[in-house]
Amino acid sequence: MSLKRNILDLRKRKDEVLKGGGEKAIEKQMAMGKLTARERILYILDEGSFHEYDMFVEHVARDFDMDKMKLHGDGVIIGTGTIYGSPVCIFAQDFTVAGGSLGLMHARKITKIMDHSLKMRVPLIGINDSGGARIQEGVNSLAGYGEIFFRNTLASGVIPQISVILGPCAGGAVYSPALTDFVFVVNNISKMFITGPSVIKTVLGEEISMEDLGGAKVHAEVTGNAHFYAESELECFEQIKKLITYIPWNNTQKAKAIEPAKPTFKKKIENIVPVDAKMPYDIRDIIKAITDNSDFFEVMEYFAPNVVIGFGRMEGETVGFVCNQPKVLAGVLDCDSSDKAARFIRYCDAFNIPIITLEDLPGYLPGVDQEHAGVIRHGAKILYAYSEATVARITVIIRKAYGGGYIAMNSRHLRADFVFAWPTAEIAVMGPEGAANIVFRKEIAEAEDPDAMRQVKIQEYKDKFANPYVAASKGYIDEVIEPQDTRRILLHALKVSANKSISGPKKKHGIPPF
Amino acid sequence: MEEEKFETIIVHSAVYKTEYTEKYRRRIKWEKPDENQLHSFIPGTIIDVFVKPGDKLKEGDPLLILEAMKMHNLVQMPFDGKIATIKVKAGDKIPKGTLMIEIAAK
Repeated sequence: MSLKRNILDLRKRKDEVLKGGGEKAIEKQMAMGKLTARERILYILDEGSFHEYDMFVEHVARDFDMDKMKLHGDGVIIGTGTIYGSPVCIFAQDFTVAGGSLGLMHARKITKIMDHSLKMRVPLIGINDSGGARIQEGVNSLAGYGEIFFRNTLASGVIPQISVILGPCAGGAVYSPALTDFVFVVNNISKMFITGPSVIKTVLGEEISMEDLGGAKVHAEVTGNAHFYAESELECFEQIKKLITYIPWNNTQKAKAIEPAKPTFKKKIENIVPVDAKMPYDIRDIIKAITDNSDFFEVMEYFAPNVVIGFGRMEGETVGFVCNQPKVLAGVLDCDSSDKAARFIRYCDAFNIPIITLEDLPGYLPGVDQEHAGVIRHGAKILYAYSEATVARITVIIRKAYGGGYIAMNSRHLRADFVFAWPTAEIAVMGPEGAANIVFRKEIAEAEDPDAMRQVKIQEYKDKFANPYVAASKGYIDEVIEPQDTRRILLHALKVSANKSISGPKKKHGIPPF
Repeated sequence: MEEEKFETIIVHSAVYKTEYTEKYRRRIKWEKPDENQLHSFIPGTIIDVFVKPGDKLKEGDPLLILEAMKMHNLVQMPFDGKIATIKVKAGDKIPKGTLMIEIAAK
């Protein structure tokens, strides 16, 4: 029977490819504490859902004895599958095959699955574990990277793009993850940098380890290149799967709703916030007090923690939270936190996720380092992102809403749909201390006891302006609400905003302060 | 009791109790640069030094060559003045920000 022989031949060929870079290379991969590319895909996707394509693709380079090499799948696995039933496209670089190096056909496989995900309007997950460009393939490798970057940009805001760094990702290769929506890193495994430690040492004389230069912690805490940090690959895969449940397949859809549930957070919402506006608390407690199941999936937890961003659900529907965090740096806005908030606002807007802003900030972080780092252009990103966002936007002012920070945090003036304030809200051009020093400068200076006079004047200003009622009298806020009603009022606001439709003037695109 | 753990941030005269981030702790305090001190702007190797202490020089006069990233960078006198001290010699490998030459204060 010849058909049977053909089938056996096919199976043999497939088995050969499944060996990847061979036993030795796989052992090495395991010794580094890493899973293989295929294992990673199988862990992320629903059981039995993975279908692989381009298994028999081979490299085309013939120079430098490359013609004598057999590179299974050319060092990358591509395919489709499902996560909790939702379709996704996926690729995984196979470090066991020529170090996962990127040559022409390797790149073509990646761009093929990228094209597919964009065409089919489903999320793309890319697992990066590669030594970089395949030097033997010369400019073809560079062409490959360029083709990937172009597609990342084309697909940006159309389909969710997720990058998982599970090994080295160096040089030009880092720019694909940087162009995608969410980057996942794992402690001791992920390494990202443009120029590696050895080059830095030779050229600049600076000695630094790979981990200190571009390890997972560095990107999660310092650079802001990573959005999710995990201690192990398996934890990372759970994070990816969880994220997929919060976001839609593409920009024409809404995230799938789940069964509504009540908050389970133990503490009463009205007991979380100290009345003294200068005392800290954890804004995440407020989020947990209002979301379904008190669930909050935080994004960029360790980077610029003075702003908190992430996903939660309200009556089963995904919402994005953008909040000041009084617990860290008093919740000020600065360069990093502005970048963090602005990008997340744009993400939510692109993917039809309503934004809830919880506001409690004293203003911008003072300092030469901030001014010289460009806090003006970074801070402007928040204004731009909010102003441009057409999804439902709701603000709750918990306590402080001072000056430029008040305007930036989704104020009425940037066309927030609803602005609510707790009775503890202080909406003013600055805090009473600073304002009294300016407004009553003369009285304070001329008083017999300036300090006593200052206290009197601070109190006078506080009584008059440090409340939500001046803003309410102008209609800048819609309602002063009792804290325990926050969830109920937010649910109502979301409900009546569900069909929001606005459009601005026609343009090719704006020029955001990147 | 718990209050003592807090750090403070001052915004518009108000003192807020809060926590610092590692990045905030490590921020570098700004200092006005001393124009009489010439520091290396890049790490590299001193190839040659053309001047000695006491030399009176005009703006633009060559002082030394600092090789970095395979480029010979000519460091010039930033304004008219007298060399006070020279802290480097040919062959020195220096990191970024190293004091190379001091010009006498006017």
